[in-house]
Amino acid sequence: MATLNHYLIVSGLLFTIGFAGVMLRRNIIIIFMSLELMLNAANLSLVAFSRFRVSANGLPNYNAQVFVFFIITVAAAEVALGLAIIVALFRARQTTHVEDISSLKF
Amino acid sequence: MPALLFWTFAAMMLVFGGAVVLNRNPVASALSLVLSFLGLSALFMGLDAFFIGIIQVLVYAGAVMVLFLFIIMLLDLRAEERRKINTVAVVGGSAVALALFVQICLVVGQLRDADKPFPTLPSPRADDVHEVGMLLFSSYNLPFQIIGVLVLVATIGVIVLSKRELR
Repeated sequence: MATLNHYLIVSGLLFTIGFAGVMLRRNIIIIFMSLELMLNAANLSLVAFSRFRVSANGLPNYNAQVFVFFIITVAAAEVALGLAIIVALFRARQTTHVEDISSLKF
Repeated sequence: MPALLFWTFAAMMLVFGGAVVLNRNPVASALSLVLSFLGLSALFMGLDAFFIGIIQVLVYAGAVMVLFLFIIMLLDLRAEERRKINTVAVVGGSAVALALFVQICLVVGQLRDADKPFPTLPSPRADDVHEVGMLLFSSYNLPFQIIGVLVLVATIGVIVLSKRELR
């Protein structure tokens, strides 16, 4: 049987993959996808804790799942905004490579 | 959740998550991300969080990934040409990521009771949509409304950002 430890290690591994993506890749869209991976890794550990910590009536602790619901909503809004910023950036600079974007001047 | 299913879906999630980072073609990365999210949604359902699993498929594998693919194709990004790899950045980034993972493992190893099996639920079919909905509209009513305002602000912000000229 998979225990809480297994879920937490898998979640940590997914977070590490996302983190490595942010550190290693230079394409801004891939960096953005890696951010999504990290958010989802956090969601996985929240849901695992929710299932592990049963409340008094024997059901999972649904507070954590409400929290995951909020995270998913915020992440969806963040993706929409971030992609709009990337499109505006591409219009101004014709690049998605972060090393080509080194000045704050518009 | 049977151990075989857990390892299958965890491996699927991690392999395709790695493929997101390693692929040079953004379209292939985005499609790997869809498969990774499907594996994650299966893990959620294995944890009896059916509502979260369905939301994961609908919002991430559906809406968010369509948005990603749409933008990639709108910008007409090709597989990026090989640039000179910055060795210092690659070594440093990998080292920091590895250190983070070791740290996570150490913290997880210190958790008490975490190697016990999950407690069994009173009935095999937990009514989780009902429970989450009750919590959302009672204890978390104010955050729920604030999140509605947040989505509205995001919508307006996207429209403003996508206008031709900013002034």
